[in-house]
Amino acid sequence: MAKFEISPKLQISRRKFLTSASLGLSGIMLSGCDAFDSQLGVGDSLRSFLESANGLTWRAQRLLAGADALAPEFTEADIRQPQRPNGVTAPDDDFYKGLLASDFADWRLEVSGLVEKPLSLTREQLMNMPSRTQITRHDCVEGWSCIAKWTGTPLSLVLDQAVVKPQARYVMFHCLDTIDRSLAGDIKYYGSIDLIDARHPQTILAYGLNGKPLPVENGAPLRVRVERQLGYKMPKYLYKIELVDGFANIGGGRGGYWEDNGYDWYGGI
Amino acid sequence: MESLARNQAAGADTAAPSDVTLIYRQSRWTRLTHWLWAIALFFMLLSGLQIFNARPQLYIGKESGFGYNNTVFAIGAENTAAGPRGYTEIFGKRFDTTGVLGWSGPAGQETSRAFPSWATIPSYYDLGTARVVHFFFAWVLTTTLLVWLVASLINGHLRRDLAPRLDDFRRLPRDIVDHARFRFHHTREYNTLQKMAYGGVLFVLLPLMIITGLAMSPSMDSVLPFLNDLLGGRQTARTIHFTVMLLLVAFFIIHILMILAAGPINELRSIITGWYRTDPPAHADNAPERSA
Repeated sequence: MAKFEISPKLQISRRKFLTSASLGLSGIMLSGCDAFDSQLGVGDSLRSFLESANGLTWRAQRLLAGADALAPEFTEADIRQPQRPNGVTAPDDDFYKGLLASDFADWRLEVSGLVEKPLSLTREQLMNMPSRTQITRHDCVEGWSCIAKWTGTPLSLVLDQAVVKPQARYVMFHCLDTIDRSLAGDIKYYGSIDLIDARHPQTILAYGLNGKPLPVENGAPLRVRVERQLGYKMPKYLYKIELVDGFANIGGGRGGYWEDNGYDWYGGI
Repeated sequence: MESLARNQAAGADTAAPSDVTLIYRQSRWTRLTHWLWAIALFFMLLSGLQIFNARPQLYIGKESGFGYNNTVFAIGAENTAAGPRGYTEIFGKRFDTTGVLGWSGPAGQETSRAFPSWATIPSYYDLGTARVVHFFFAWVLTTTLLVWLVASLINGHLRRDLAPRLDDFRRLPRDIVDHARFRFHHTREYNTLQKMAYGGVLFVLLPLMIITGLAMSPSMDSVLPFLNDLLGGRQTARTIHFTVMLLLVAFFIIHILMILAAGPINELRSIITGWYRTDPPAHADNAPERSA
């Protein structure tokens, strides 16, 4: 019986409690959001702590996928639209436009850095090497996917020809397109993968798309395909491959243009 | 056993007869994992909405249709005679959602963004950071789920509290009526709807969230290529991931409403300290006749 007598009082105090609690909570949340935002910049300690999970993801996925597990391949029937271009689709760089005007006759792929035999390959030399054609799904970090047929030279063959030195750990890609401008000058796209992905059977230097020469918007004359990672790990308008033992001195030191702008170096998820 | 002993001990300490209704209901594992999930899901939801903002469309199939239409859901902004408006499109049917979805922000500073600033982490547009936050808490969520599963198998929580019994099916109609009338019985056992809700979240929604999340990872697709075949393609997996998010949000809202209706102080005490006040035995036994 006592229960019923106290219940109205209890309800009021409950209501009061809930109102003040929710007001207080929303206040904490709003100021918490601002405080949280300000701790999330690249290099901030909270951000760096959260980023440690990316290292865990990388190691876990490497453990599960190993060096050779293949990305799913599709059939001709799955190619239902042109490959959607993203990022830079028409480089405005004079040097690139000059190369394009002569259909890349003067373009060379430089292979340098930690190799025994630096290379300078024409497009014809690349196309005369054994090729691989694969119908794969391109997954953009933004969330969309597009299926297309890619033809190119396996990167491992180029690396073998250049003879990689044992101390090399990463392949650095240098590109012709200006992705950004800074006080220090134009920033050309750059990116990197490790030697496991570089030697993966589906990692190719693609010069063909859907049975035709690679169009400008998709990275002509040459782009990278790294099929177990997201699109930002597959640079377009490639002109130089540099074997390095680290990327601390390249750009912002995180291994690529998007990485220096907050994306994770490992783009397998 | 442990809870019974502590229950008796608590009764002996205070010697108040009403205290036999105070029972030790939630083990420390249940309480700890509950709050870890609450934190992880909060951050995953808000960072997930930010990730969605990078491509505020959902598709059915292996890929996103640009040369054809397989879009089932979209949030966007458009210019109209009355100025910019935000819209949400579900299966081709368009709704004006200006102010919340598609076009939102402080008065005079509205911008085109799918989910509004207050619903995303970070509050400004930043896909890279949202991914860092999302994947960090994905590890927290998954690890917590595994810890909970092992602990609940060992301490009997699963078998004792969550496993459906024949009795649960018999009680279901009355349980629905009781919930609809906000008539709650405070007993040690979960009622049928509770079992369904908690079991559904822990054994269906969260695993589905993890599976569809993994299916979106190009690297995991090389390990588990059958996942996307099973789910209907990567973009369908993404659509399921989003839909399950909506179901989890719906669960959260109902969960909070039920706690408020059933007595928030008692409910909160049980998930913080483990101790829960049950109805006096006489009332619990002939519950339908009980006035509330």
